[in-house]
Amino acid sequence: MTVANTGAIAGDVSVPDELANNVFITNIAKLLDPVYNWSRRNSIWPVTFGLACCAIEMICTASSRFDLARFGMEVFRATPRQADLMIISGTVTKKMVPTIVRLYNQMPEPRYVLSMGACASGGGPFKEGYNVVDGIDKFLPVDVYVPGCPPTPQALINGLIALQEKIDQQSISTAPWYDKKDPTAGLYPVPVLGPDLVDVRQLDIIRQEATRYTPENPVRAAEAEPTEPPDVEDAPKTVEPQ
Amino acid sequence: MSDTTLDPVTTPPPVDTLTPAQEATARLKELHPNIVSDDTREGYEGLIVYADSITEVAKSLRDELGFNYLSSVTGVDYLEEGKLEVVYHLYNIARGGGPVVLKAQVNRDEPVLPSLTPIFPGADFQEREAFDMYGFNFLGHPDLRRILTWDGFNGHPLRKDWKEPFYEEENKPFGSRWPDGQVFRAEEHNPYGKNVQYPPGWVPTGDEYDVETDVYLGLSYSRDSTPGLKTDKVTVNLGPQHPSTHGVFRMVVTLDGETIVDLKPVMGYLHRNHEQIGERNTFNMNMPYTDRLDYLSSMSNNLGYAITIEKLFDMTVPERAEWIRILMVELTRICNHLWALGFLLNDLGALQTPMLYFYLERELILDFFEATSGARMLCNYMRFGGLAYDLPDEVRGVPTLKFLEELIFNRLPSVLDQGDDLITGNEIVRARAIGVGILTPQDAIAMSTAGPLLRASGVPYDIRRAEPYSYYEHLDFDVAVRYNGDIYDRYLIRIDEMRQSLRILEQVLPHLKRTMGAPIIGDKPQYAMRAPRAGESYGRVENPKGELGYYVTTKRRSGNPERYHVRAPSFINLTALGPMSRGYKIADVVAILGSIDIVLGEVDR
Ligand code: SF4
Repeated sequence: MTVANTGAIAGDVSVPDELANNVFITNIAKLLDPVYNWSRRNSIWPVTFGLACCAIEMICTASSRFDLARFGMEVFRATPRQADLMIISGTVTKKMVPTIVRLYNQMPEPRYVLSMGACASGGGPFKEGYNVVDGIDKFLPVDVYVPGCPPTPQALINGLIALQEKIDQQSISTAPWYDKKDPTAGLYPVPVLGPDLVDVRQLDIIRQEATRYTPENPVRAAEAEPTEPPDVEDAPKTVEPQ
Repeated sequence: MSDTTLDPVTTPPPVDTLTPAQEATARLKELHPNIVSDDTREGYEGLIVYADSITEVAKSLRDELGFNYLSSVTGVDYLEEGKLEVVYHLYNIARGGGPVVLKAQVNRDEPVLPSLTPIFPGADFQEREAFDMYGFNFLGHPDLRRILTWDGFNGHPLRKDWKEPFYEEENKPFGSRWPDGQVFRAEEHNPYGKNVQYPPGWVPTGDEYDVETDVYLGLSYSRDSTPGLKTDKVTVNLGPQHPSTHGVFRMVVTLDGETIVDLKPVMGYLHRNHEQIGERNTFNMNMPYTDRLDYLSSMSNNLGYAITIEKLFDMTVPERAEWIRILMVELTRICNHLWALGFLLNDLGALQTPMLYFYLERELILDFFEATSGARMLCNYMRFGGLAYDLPDEVRGVPTLKFLEELIFNRLPSVLDQGDDLITGNEIVRARAIGVGILTPQDAIAMSTAGPLLRASGVPYDIRRAEPYSYYEHLDFDVAVRYNGDIYDRYLIRIDEMRQSLRILEQVLPHLKRTMGAPIIGDKPQYAMRAPRAGESYGRVENPKGELGYYVTTKRRSGNPERYHVRAPSFINLTALGPMSRGYKIADVVAILGSIDIVLGEVDR
């Protein structure tokens, strides 16, 4: 929290000698960032949002023994509009993912996503299931991944500390959420439930594939020719949000 | 089943007396000679019933033979024979004992049969599940919609010829992972890079099926015809993201003012395809998956599955293993009830304080689990024919037995007494809980509810006594029962049950001391077990939330179950939620749900 006295910046401002001990020159980001980040990192409010078994460990982390209040994070909010952090605590199913994306869209910036456990990070033990989304990062940007099935409370706290460190690195001057140019920038397209989960960013590929496969030759993981793995991380940027 | 050194407390029945189930089976054959016949397939039991007459048979079972509890309804696909089968397990509440098993077979292409809901309302959700998974058309079902997947989903996923997007092979272990051990990411072989597939030729039109409409159509909307102020009804959604629904459960409620006119549970938001994955897995691989059913009581889920497979494989369990099993499941029961009460009180408005007190003690139990099995919550501890590990030497730096003694004689009783002192007499709790959410014993049985929900309505049915497994018949405990069937009684019965569990644990401790060092698993542990015979097996245990049953069928020398079904107590207990909440206030429904004590991993599987 201490701000170094940078003294006069050469050629910028000149301070008379008699005032040198009374004037303090810095730039706005250096002055505000530590305060801004310090207050944010110690009051991360998660959404009350439990998905599966991992949620139980999340509740344990918040209750008596592990006491998340030590980090200022015990204020679980039932509404996304008051929350800073979404802990994806469990298996994300196809039936649930539209709701999750909608909740995420309702959270005000700055907001973070922590993917807790094997299921949220990549499908985990249930990955092969027909109703399971193989990782929430296919739909939302994830800040911290916590491995485990379920991660122990200690592991979750470690992940939350990693998030705090990430927050420390951010700067008020470059924070994307103050960029007013594109009002839809933070909105992620909500997937639709059709015969299977439809990611609306992929409509073009779906139309294209519809002509390639027939009932005798359906699209199937092991049988289909390996295709170029789609660049999952780029997906949100390249497609127009809804 | 166990090679116990104890004298059996109950003498086995003489050979010539028939069990209630055998009696009823014989009577049924007399009553309906042309409709029922024995299931003669190798390893199968029960009766095959002419599908169109299933209601008649069920009716005489209920009305004449006392088999008034329809526990489980499940579909099975026999692809080779071109048949689909519905398997019903019915029990006699008054006399206990094993099930009468009925099977109705229908053609795979046209699976139509009458619904049992008019006779057993408890069949409601289970028939919907069978419809969802297999496509059965149950005639006369009041609301036959998909329940675990969504309306518009393509296909019936548990049919043997339906393949999931990441399908590789029929059965594990998959060739792609073993023995070459290549790295294989299913996404790389899928054109969408995701776990999805679409019907061939399907083109998105932009206005996909509206998955919500049917939910609302099922509710009663009619305008009030009573005299006085005319009011419009309002429909409110609670969930799937709602702090009071204990996970991703959703209730659609029609309200008249604040009074509940109708309520429909909507589920499937945590449907993780447990059964379908289970049918690809080998027998052993399913053990850790059972942890994730009712993830608050993984140990008792393990026990249920182990018992089922031990029946199928004709295995015996060494004595020490049985005692440790009982130790574990009773500690689990306490763990679960502490959690349930914490949340129930949370729902009643005692926000978090009782919870924080209870969870300190729960953490002690979790520490013991962690020291024993390596995991706090999802323990994966039991094996067929025994256990994975023996008890550890110490827990939290204290010798294990001393730790257990302190826990069982001191810490747990005192937290129960403390909770009892502070909460049971509390005016607010009493005002909110007494007389709210009443379930009559007749309804409780008809709707197939189980566990504390059933017993709080005055039906003393506990599988540990009705059809004892493990060493429960050697143990001295009472079946807790309460008679009012309201929220308050469901609160009290959980305290009663924890006290009974402590009583059991006290009796188990000396046996643990005595059997120190004895083997904990019968045969050498095996990784790839093969079924010694073809056939079916149904095992059930009294889980903290009610009757947990597993129905497994397999072929001879097969390493995988053909059908693997879980009769999940939380799922079926929810049948009673709608009827129980009608007429109460919207704020009460939160407490009513809390008093059922559901866990979504088990509801949706
Ligand atoms: S990662 Fe494991 S504990 Fe967490 S939700 Fe998935 S199965 Fe449950």
